[in-house]
Amino acid sequence: MTRLVQRLGWPGTIALVVILLLVLVAVLAPWVAPYPQQGVGVPNVAAKLSSPSAQYWLGTDHLGRDMLSRIIYGTRISLTNGVLIVAFSLLIGLPVGLAAGYFGGWIDEALMRGTDVFLAFPALLLAVLMAAALGPGFLNSIIAVSVTWWPWYARLARSEVLVLRNQPYVEAARLAGVSHGRIIIRHILPATGRPLTVQAALDVGPALLTAAALSFLGLGVLPPTADWGQMVDAGRKFFPARWWYSATPGLTIFIVALAFSVLGDALRERKGGTARASA
Amino acid sequence: MELTRYILRRMVLSAFVVLGVTFLVFIVAQVVPSDPAALYAGPRPTAEQIEKARQELNLDAPLIQRFAGFAKAMGTGDFGVSYKSRRLIAEDLRAYLPATLELAVFSTGLALLIGIPLGVLAAARQGKWPDRLGSFGSIAAVAMPTFFLAMILQLVFAQWLGILPLSGRLSREISVTAPLSMMTGFNLIDALLAGRLDAFGDALKHLILPALTLASYPAGVAMRLTRSAMIEILERRHVTAARALGLSEPRILFGHALPNAMGPALTVIGLSFAYALTGAVLVEIIFAWPGLGRYVSEAILAKDFPVIAAVTMVVTICYVVMNLLIDIAQALVDPRVALS
Repeated sequence: MTRLVQRLGWPGTIALVVILLLVLVAVLAPWVAPYPQQGVGVPNVAAKLSSPSAQYWLGTDHLGRDMLSRIIYGTRISLTNGVLIVAFSLLIGLPVGLAAGYFGGWIDEALMRGTDVFLAFPALLLAVLMAAALGPGFLNSIIAVSVTWWPWYARLARSEVLVLRNQPYVEAARLAGVSHGRIIIRHILPATGRPLTVQAALDVGPALLTAAALSFLGLGVLPPTADWGQMVDAGRKFFPARWWYSATPGLTIFIVALAFSVLGDALRERKGGTARASA
Repeated sequence: MELTRYILRRMVLSAFVVLGVTFLVFIVAQVVPSDPAALYAGPRPTAEQIEKARQELNLDAPLIQRFAGFAKAMGTGDFGVSYKSRRLIAEDLRAYLPATLELAVFSTGLALLIGIPLGVLAAARQGKWPDRLGSFGSIAAVAMPTFFLAMILQLVFAQWLGILPLSGRLSREISVTAPLSMMTGFNLIDALLAGRLDAFGDALKHLILPALTLASYPAGVAMRLTRSAMIEILERRHVTAARALGLSEPRILFGHALPNAMGPALTVIGLSFAYALTGAVLVEIIFAWPGLGRYVSEAILAKDFPVIAAVTMVVTICYVVMNLLIDIAQALVDPRVALS
């Protein structure tokens, strides 16, 4: 524990704890939520829009459902959103970047110019266009955001490969007659893994922020499934008189994104602190 | 020579990017949706109406031919008619684009105006509380959901303090009773041209909250970049010389150090403008700002694909042109950029 604090500093450690807690809450949602039924979406009309109280800590929504339970169940959607967006993006971006960097020449030029086209869009707008075309829904919104997200990994992977491609051990493998595919998968991919994994883990925060924006626009998960962005939007009709409806899920998104942001900052600072020899 | 070549290369690449963007928008807006003809034909269409719509939209033609038609229409500014309102999209864009641009320009200015002085302050008090607070603020600005910040600002400044309007672009007293004649479409400029100070003040008040929402993130970036540039420059000899001469600290900071630390400003302008164009979708809904963002969000709900495609095209081209201009400006300011 002390070593962790030393490495990340206090803000970084707190951020890490927040993120781990979040994962725990997502996994244990049915046991942590005070009203699991309402968390899933069963209405409780008798308690419509009640303000925060001992019974409903964060108040209730327009169908009387406990906000805290809804937010806890929303953790599941938000985290899977973030993780899947990053995973899908890696799945597209990594092969593109590896191929572009390894083969170079016209393959590189063609792939990277294609990537540029995706980067030319304001990201949210392309995601909105995609999501509108595919229709709302859990998987569709993830695909929509991934389409705007993968080019970054393609670029990152490419820049890593450019360094590795001329390493002696790669050249040795090539001279030994190892096939291109095998060199990329067995010799280059494992070495690009580390920087990419760190980046990908930190990107879960911004990814779920973008997904929240989509569901705020009505392009994410459909009700009654609990989703933070969608809850903020639903509460807008009752804002500011029933402020808790929009404010509590909004604040949750902020805290989670902040945790990822602070952790990323702590990791970057550490990297800069330990002077790495010409890498 | 190197510079001209660099600029030409960037321009050619941008042209290709625009072509690629057009293709992608075409695919997403016209090929991915399951049945554009049914949407075009209106609610509860008969089989005949759908067939007629298919022919009108030329949906049975080969893909290449359809794309050529689409690209030609986009290139000539013929964006077609909205499925929903049957109005000409080009006319709608003419009304909404200036509103969004006004917001984008104003928020970019605001971001620089907030971020740069804060960055100077943080550098001057390095490691002290203004620095730490500023650093935290700039991290928090990244994590803050745009739509949530917008609602908080509305709550505080419109609801509680009542000093700024909740939403809209002009008050009813101005827009209904004594409307501005639209010349540029930028309310601030139109008001000045008409010599209407009341309208100018009103437009300015309406701009502040949405612009502030959009400025928070780029202001954070501006602060960070200014801070690190200033810290480096404050260690240089001409600053030490100025200190030795006994110049006042503000004069050293703003007169001698800051002009040399202005490199990041261009980066921030580009980033802020881009962010404003993207964030417009969210911010314009919340502030009922009659711009492209609100226009497109209404189109999303109605599955009005020609409108969505037109807005995406126009905004993306603004974005590409802006990035091109920034790259060129950066190369002109610092010719080393062109060589790398």
